[in-house]
Amino acid sequence: MKKILATILAVAMLATTFVGCGSGGDTGSTPDANQPEGSTSAPEISVCIGPEPETLDPALNKSVDGACYAIHAFEGIYKFDENGNTIPGQAEKVEVSDDGLTWDITLRDDIKWSDGEPVTVDDFIYSWQRAASPETASDYANLFDVIEGGADVYQGNADPSTLGVTKVDDTHMTVKLAAPCPYFDKLLAFPVYYPVRKDVVDGNDGWTQDASTFIGNGPMMLTNWSHKESITYVKNPYYYDADKVTDSTLKFVLLEDDNAKMAAYDNGELDYVFQLPIDELDALKEREDFGTINEIGTYYLAFQTEKEPFNDPRVRKALTLAIDRNYIVETVSKQGEVPAGAIVAAKVTEGDSTFREVGGDYFSVKPEDYEKNVEEAKQLLAEAGYPNGEGFPTFEYTTNTATLHLGVAEALQNMWKEELGIECKIAQQEWNVFLATRPAGTFEVARDGWIADYDDPLTFLEIFKSDNGNNDCHWKNAEFDALIDQAKAESDSEKRFEILHQAEDLWAEEMPGAPLYYYADTYMKKPNLEGYWDSPLGYKFFMYCTKTAE
Amino acid sequence: MAKYVCKRLGYAILTIFLISVITFTLMNLIPGGPFLSEKAVTPATQAALEEKYGLNVSKPEQYINYMSGLLQGDLGVSLKQKGRTANDIIFSTFPVSARLGGISILVALVVGVSLGSVAAMCRGKWGDQLIMVVSTLGIAVPSFVVATTLMKVFGVELKWLPTMGLSTPIHYILPVFTLAFYPMAYITRLMRSSMLDALNQDYIRTARAKGVSKFKMLFKHALRNAIIPIITYAGPLLAFTVSGSFVVEKIYNIPGLGREFINCITGRDYPMVMSTTIFLATLLVLMNVVVDILYKIVDPRIKLK
Repeated sequence: MKKILATILAVAMLATTFVGCGSGGDTGSTPDANQPEGSTSAPEISVCIGPEPETLDPALNKSVDGACYAIHAFEGIYKFDENGNTIPGQAEKVEVSDDGLTWDITLRDDIKWSDGEPVTVDDFIYSWQRAASPETASDYANLFDVIEGGADVYQGNADPSTLGVTKVDDTHMTVKLAAPCPYFDKLLAFPVYYPVRKDVVDGNDGWTQDASTFIGNGPMMLTNWSHKESITYVKNPYYYDADKVTDSTLKFVLLEDDNAKMAAYDNGELDYVFQLPIDELDALKEREDFGTINEIGTYYLAFQTEKEPFNDPRVRKALTLAIDRNYIVETVSKQGEVPAGAIVAAKVTEGDSTFREVGGDYFSVKPEDYEKNVEEAKQLLAEAGYPNGEGFPTFEYTTNTATLHLGVAEALQNMWKEELGIECKIAQQEWNVFLATRPAGTFEVARDGWIADYDDPLTFLEIFKSDNGNNDCHWKNAEFDALIDQAKAESDSEKRFEILHQAEDLWAEEMPGAPLYYYADTYMKKPNLEGYWDSPLGYKFFMYCTKTAE
Repeated sequence: MAKYVCKRLGYAILTIFLISVITFTLMNLIPGGPFLSEKAVTPATQAALEEKYGLNVSKPEQYINYMSGLLQGDLGVSLKQKGRTANDIIFSTFPVSARLGGISILVALVVGVSLGSVAAMCRGKWGDQLIMVVSTLGIAVPSFVVATTLMKVFGVELKWLPTMGLSTPIHYILPVFTLAFYPMAYITRLMRSSMLDALNQDYIRTARAKGVSKFKMLFKHALRNAIIPIITYAGPLLAFTVSGSFVVEKIYNIPGLGREFINCITGRDYPMVMSTTIFLATLLVLMNVVVDILYKIVDPRIKLK
């Protein structure tokens, strides 16, 4: 008996060693624990817009959810209003010279960091130089190429201090642009242009990890980041518009699993949940708390234009026309996406209208025109030397492993087989392998997509320039490149849009990729959460939300 | 004994060294890289990143740099979780997984050993059959099904239990049950069969003939012999369970180590791949040593050489 006791004791001791280890780990997130002054007893707002982000550093962020965390804690020269328009944020006023090349920026005199220090021109200059420098390795460093010297800086050919920004005094700065940039205000509202504090950031990679060094100038401020659990924000009492900011603690719950998200929402642990499980969409759509965000982004297929038979524009067009986009958005993706008849997404604005309305579609995406499209596709394929698909080599359609993308792939495979008589095999790749495959060009046709960084057609068209790193189609067209360069140098807005339309016309004539649909995303929001809005760039604004008792 | 332990520890270090070499080789063989993203990075940025994280030197040099850091207790910097070190990630997530896993194993052991013994005692009767049905379910149903079903029933429909995090003891109920279900079922079956073996031994028959009570016979005489396979199973199980479960941690949103194992591989977070693998390997090897020592305690006939 003694020995059995000893055994049990040994096992128990072993177990308690590990159980004991746990006492140090703080898994119990207690958002009230380090709540600073200024927060009241307003009910906590819990939302889920994504899993653990890679970073909360606005310069290093590359995801849409990361941008949402950034807009709450930081603010640029400009910010977005409820209608998605840019309005001055940290700036009092901005004056643009007639040639559009010089931007005189005057900062507000009441802007402060979340620790009470004033925000100055130096902060902006430091932050932009830092974000543009290759040392910082920001994915968005290229967005500084519109500023004089910016391209040289981010490519590592010049010192960051050569960036065309000069300080006039503590609240005045002048920005020299390399070429007129009608969307520069939108860039100034983009996270990579947000200011950060030199004294906490310099030489400290871990500055975003700790609330004491996470100093921002936005409407809210970080109190706690429990990795893989939650990010908690409260009102920044020093924000100039603090009166309008929510008194509630805002908790971003970092959930990865679709079922977990819906369970937490349905049992009342979340007030808002983003990106719903596709399997449940049909049922969820019927509910009143369901919502859709139409985003500025296009899901398209990249043809490897250097490989036969996809080096023939007729083949590319035939494959593009044979796709029944309405079937895909209605039965496969189901998030409320809009069938795409061009590469520049529907929501991109052009003056008071949209770029799409002005330019029109390049093929009809109406359900009743599908048969006509198929006829045209067959004809094109015959012209290319493959009547009824005869002699067309079996090719591979490459996608990353994901339910949605596989569903789309199977639908495409079926349409091409049924309508054109050509065979395609689906190759699924793990995400990271897939990321390497596309730029390397080791595929025939691949899934692709582009979400706009700013509301301008250039964000879509520029990626198809011959030397662009995101030109997954490996399409090289000197005329197209020249048009893009021309558009970038044009100061007259009307003429500029005209050139961009010409560029898109040329793109559609060559069809290096097949546009499928314009992205949309779905969410559920409790009716008692008021004051929420989102923008077509996918930004979700919770800082002005109030939560009433249900 | 001391000599034996020293010898085993020597082998352990060799094993871990081999594992580190194999892991390093394999992870560098898989295509992809840590700095790939949907937005193309410029060559200048790529070079700056490689220099910053020490990936600009030859592979053997990278390995040596990593290992010499490891010997000084430095597990490297995460390439994906910006601004965090592998030490910080592993030692902040491991306690969470260890606590959850430790509780789950205790539950699995206590329930499994009891149910298995009961089943063996009433072999062929309805109690045995019921236990066998439940334990078959436990082995056959994958944990993500168990987790989602429990979540739907107790979280969404009945609203009895919270479904995310571990902030209060109540939060532990669903994840612990999910984690414990499979080992519990396995232990039950293992226990039942080894208990049946033990009960058929001559010495039990002798004891029974001498009029020893059923309870005493079971717990004093049979259990000692029957428990050995459980100990064999429990050692590695403990190592695997305390190091976290990807599925359970993902579904119940628990910031444990289990998710790191998978995420660092999909993200090609090289220092994290090395560190998590070496960490788990060390744990496993140590557990095996502990198990061997436990054998000796349970069964004095076993000689440790």
